[in-house]
Amino acid sequence: MSFIYDFSSATQAIDQWLKANLSPTGAFVAELALVGLTILLAYAVIGLYLVYAERKVCAFMQNRVGPNRVGKWGLLQTMADLIKLLMKELIPIRKSDKLLFNVAPYLVIIASFLGIAAIPFAKGLHAIDFNIGVFYIMAVSSIGVIGILLAGWSSNSKYSLIGAMRSGAQVVSYELSVGLALLSVVIFSGSMQLSTIVESQANGWWILKGHLPAMISFVIFLIASTAEINRGPFDLAEAESELTAGFHTEYSGIRFAFFFLAEYMNMFIVAAMAATVFLGGWMPFHLGNLEAFNRVMDFIPPVVWFFGKTIFIIYLIMWFKWTFPRLRIDQLLTLEWKYLLPLNLLNTVVIAFLVLMGWYFK
Amino acid sequence: MSSESLILFFIVGVILVGGAVLFSTFIAPSSKNPVKFEPYECGIATSGNAWIQFNVGYYLFAIIYLIFDVETVFLFPWGVVMKEVGLQAFVEILIFFSVLGLGLLYAWKKGALKWV
Repeated sequence: MSFIYDFSSATQAIDQWLKANLSPTGAFVAELALVGLTILLAYAVIGLYLVYAERKVCAFMQNRVGPNRVGKWGLLQTMADLIKLLMKELIPIRKSDKLLFNVAPYLVIIASFLGIAAIPFAKGLHAIDFNIGVFYIMAVSSIGVIGILLAGWSSNSKYSLIGAMRSGAQVVSYELSVGLALLSVVIFSGSMQLSTIVESQANGWWILKGHLPAMISFVIFLIASTAEINRGPFDLAEAESELTAGFHTEYSGIRFAFFFLAEYMNMFIVAAMAATVFLGGWMPFHLGNLEAFNRVMDFIPPVVWFFGKTIFIIYLIMWFKWTFPRLRIDQLLTLEWKYLLPLNLLNTVVIAFLVLMGWYFK
Repeated sequence: MSSESLILFFIVGVILVGGAVLFSTFIAPSSKNPVKFEPYECGIATSGNAWIQFNVGYYLFAIIYLIFDVETVFLFPWGVVMKEVGLQAFVEILIFFSVLGLGLLYAWKKGALKWV
């Protein structure tokens, strides 16, 4: 009935072609290399262009032009920055803990790689489709904070230490709200598998089907995930006006670039999660049984839907950063523990009740 | 792809960071200057060590977090079966949340959620 393009036919064709032309081991290695390269390329392109987008959005909000010299509309600016950072010296801090200092960037990057592995970009276009997808994303996204804590502690610098401690308290606190907000959709759809959650939104997105509680969950998810990825107005882990650069003060050159890149990739991952879980992921905008309307919506390819929603949420997160002033650490923790968490627990009970009575659009 | 291929993503991450750092050490300049290797402290000479006893408030939140995080681990399996089990699951979660809420209320009244 649906003419949404299924990428699994394309991936299976590649799989069969490789198996026909290579030995089994060769085909296996070739597939691994292909997936690895694709993810690496996607990661680099998304990361670089998010940094560019951030600078442009920030510039337009402040009535400036932003980067506009390197390439058309400054599109190659972040490439140039990357090359510049590659050519900068990696300064080893004399009193630092050398091993942990070097390991920290690996941890934050690997955490974001593992996170991006489970995101469904389109029908049949995801690297790994776990049956515990939502839970898995939550689990790996919290590995990153270990990298941040290691970076701050091992630098042996006061700014780094304060930044890391703030970041630790903040990320672990807000992880609860992220988890509980995601739980609401798990209750509605009865599955943690991301592909099943997307399929369950074929007749409407959960934010619309779940009435007010789903919307509350979505808003809580937006707030909590903005805090979890250390972005403004919750960016007190790297508050440049008081802590220089927070936990990565002592990092230079390409190692600093990795912390920066990981921050933007985490932003992409949470935006993709919000899009997948609440806004239907790659599923076009469908309304119940309105067959004609749904058909028209199907003409827009799923990849466009996915990236459209993700970019919209990324834009919202950027908008937050350039609109709201930074919170203090006590305000931050009060917001989470005294407002969001009790509200979230209550919301979960309400959603459980709705599901029990069947008062939602199935 | 099966879940074993997570190792692939791990390796790709290591290669990306390791390769870039290695490449950077080859092409980046390097100069020796004793002051350069000091931790940054607004340009003046570094005083003392940063590995000190730190504000206990952060650890307090980490401890409360542990309780609630374990609770989230229990909640997800419940969320998956909530639809099928129905009323029994709903009553159970009410009991679970009331116990948990009492815990949060206790921490609140004790002043553990207040920043010092």
